[in-house]
Amino acid sequence: MAQKQFREVIREAIREEMERDENVFIMGEEVAEYNGAYKATQGLLDQFGDKRVLDTPISELGFAGLGVGAAMNGLRPIVEFMTFNFALVGVDQIINNAAKIRYMSGGQVKIPIVFRGPNASAGQLGATHSTSFESFYAHFPGLITIHPSEPYDAKGLLKAAIRDDNPVIFLESEQMYGWKQEVPDEEYLLPIGKAKVKREGKDVTVVADGKMYHVAKKAAEELAKDGVEVELIDPRTIKPFDMKTVIESVKKTNRCVVVDESHPFGGVAAEVGFQIQRDAFDYLDAPVQRVTIPDVPAPFSRKLFDAWIPGPKQVIDAVNTVTYRK
Amino acid sequence: MATVIDMPKLSDTMEEGTIAKWNIKEGDKVEPGDVVAEVETDKATMDLEAFDGGTVLKILADEGDAVPVGGKLVILGEEGEDISDLEGDGDSGDSGKKEKSEEKSEDKDDEEDKGDEEEKEDKDDKEDGDAAKDGKDKEKEGKSGSSKDEKKGKDFDPLFGDLKEGKKGGNGKQQDDDGRVKVSPLARKLAEDRGIDVGRVKGSGPQGRVVKADIENFKEEDAKAAQADTKEKEAPKPSVSGTSLREDKDVKVSQMRKIIAKRLSESKFTSPHFYETVDIDMKRAMEVREAINEISDVKISFNDLVVKACAVALRRHPWVNASWMGDVVRLHGDVNVAVAVAVDEGLLTPVIRHADQKGLRDISIETKDFATRARDKKLQPEDWEGSTFTVSNLGMYGIEEFTAIINPPNAAILAIGAIRDVPVVENGQVVPGKRMKVTMSSDHRVVDGAKAAEFLNTVRSLLENPASMLL
Repeated sequence: MAQKQFREVIREAIREEMERDENVFIMGEEVAEYNGAYKATQGLLDQFGDKRVLDTPISELGFAGLGVGAAMNGLRPIVEFMTFNFALVGVDQIINNAAKIRYMSGGQVKIPIVFRGPNASAGQLGATHSTSFESFYAHFPGLITIHPSEPYDAKGLLKAAIRDDNPVIFLESEQMYGWKQEVPDEEYLLPIGKAKVKREGKDVTVVADGKMYHVAKKAAEELAKDGVEVELIDPRTIKPFDMKTVIESVKKTNRCVVVDESHPFGGVAAEVGFQIQRDAFDYLDAPVQRVTIPDVPAPFSRKLFDAWIPGPKQVIDAVNTVTYRK
Repeated sequence: MATVIDMPKLSDTMEEGTIAKWNIKEGDKVEPGDVVAEVETDKATMDLEAFDGGTVLKILADEGDAVPVGGKLVILGEEGEDISDLEGDGDSGDSGKKEKSEEKSEDKDDEEDKGDEEEKEDKDDKEDGDAAKDGKDKEKEGKSGSSKDEKKGKDFDPLFGDLKEGKKGGNGKQQDDDGRVKVSPLARKLAEDRGIDVGRVKGSGPQGRVVKADIENFKEEDAKAAQADTKEKEAPKPSVSGTSLREDKDVKVSQMRKIIAKRLSESKFTSPHFYETVDIDMKRAMEVREAINEISDVKISFNDLVVKACAVALRRHPWVNASWMGDVVRLHGDVNVAVAVAVDEGLLTPVIRHADQKGLRDISIETKDFATRARDKKLQPEDWEGSTFTVSNLGMYGIEEFTAIINPPNAAILAIGAIRDVPVVENGQVVPGKRMKVTMSSDHRVVDGAKAAEFLNTVRSLLENPASMLL
């Protein structure tokens, strides 16, 4: 198997699906002539031409709406946002139209569209360019929200997303585009809504999505040196969330820490924590803890940013809390 | 406008600073940048500079005072300015010191009374609704500039505050004032499954929460200790329903137990016991026993030898062969040695009468017969009545030495330990030796220390030179 970058597998998934189905097309800012702001769409214009690889103006609301209209008419658009921070401008189309038309039409109109692009913070980009949206999109019925942490998952899930008849929010990461992992050359798809236990352990369940998965992974490696065996679960899909895998794990470990890059209030961690206390109450030996970014916009200052973004230390602290260590 | 110089945080880990030296006094003029004091932190002595200028209106801490970070040190301002609002609540006292002592007492409260704090928070939650909790946390965070919250810096991470659950309790106080037991859901379930009353388990989690590990490590004895502990400290709490790990079982007290209980309590509580131990060289006794057993049709035990030695010694020491009778001490004419025999329900002390006049063979036969009959419950009262001295032997259990309770109306009892292989020094050489410790409990009303020692020396000498028993 070859080592492939996150951006490469995104491109492969799009290319494979465009080759497979001529109704699939991609549009967004700089996706064509410039080969993508993060080179996720490199070479696609040359291969598929400007009818299927479209540069859009800087008007997220406009091209998001264009995408929804195309999807309603039978095409399978992939809409790239240069970052999901900019998608806020197009949120009316995403939340009010993409997410609700199938419901409002009594199921007559499907919206097979994928909105994808980088999500969450990526260093010192300031308050308006550092928001993590997985909790936000997962809040709304009608949307599938996928937040992969590794190239293998990203490819299999993006292909599944493109083939799905529901609108999908597919969240990537500027920082992770260059990260590599062994990814098979053969075609494969991964099921949407299925978490993966990426490290087995008996002492504590840690649930971590997206970039935070890697933070939790480091924490788990540190904790292992101390003899604490973390069971690390990557949900991969935020909605529908695979609670079954989490609950089974918590029943085994009796403790849980949820790590998520959203703000704490009403976030993924809050929801997962709620479901655990409801469905695994008698198995809990400690209150579920969460590690999230604080209830503060991203600071620009390096020092403040470093204090703001959770790292392995916060995860270790939380694990120590739920395991009554120290 | 008066300003206050606070105790600055001069190192990451600094929680309080001690004023090593003041460079200013009240009434002095201070320029920004002036070193007003030297402050000892946990790491070093550092200069405390003034950021503002002005006249020193009041110094709120003495040299040598430890002031928490953020505590007020100096009030600067215009001469004659009213600073009463800065000095605290109008109290003309030393507010720096006051704050310090408040801090201390708060810390103490924190440790001792986590329960209250949580209760307070619970209340907040109820008032504001669950949803507001994060907001509240952040509010607290916003105030963290004030000295009161500075203290919290240690326990409360301002950014990731909701990770912290409070310090590990472990103070064993798992009940709130309302009697609610703090217990994790899992621990509660485990306790139920195992029939443990969680109210009896000492919690090791935050605020004394009972957690899984506490249930797994739970032992009844701990609970009793903890229970006794809390009973002393707190008013009785309604106990949470539940049963013990194993059902207690009440066994009716047998007649024998009643007698043992009564007689031995009486003995121990009325006769003043004292104890003397001698270590006896048993080498020759062993040789003699071996020689006798080669020719004897009855096997002679060490116990028989000890009984015989005691009997001979008792004849020579009438004050040991005696009884306290209140207004007289009765020196018994006969030497009747009782031998403690363990049976299922307790123990019996059949008596070898006239033991001083009996040979080892007779002593052995009688003892064996007693043992058998004792186990078969065939002993008659006359078998255990009339003893003048008792021998209790736990040597066969490997007990090195022990103290026995006097068997009334005897004045003494001899406790026999095991014969041990020990290195002994003979003629300047370390050689293998055989030693046996015997401990005599004596009733001081009858026997004094020296008398007991003389008796024990006779017993030792008889056992060390068994031939002398024949005399």
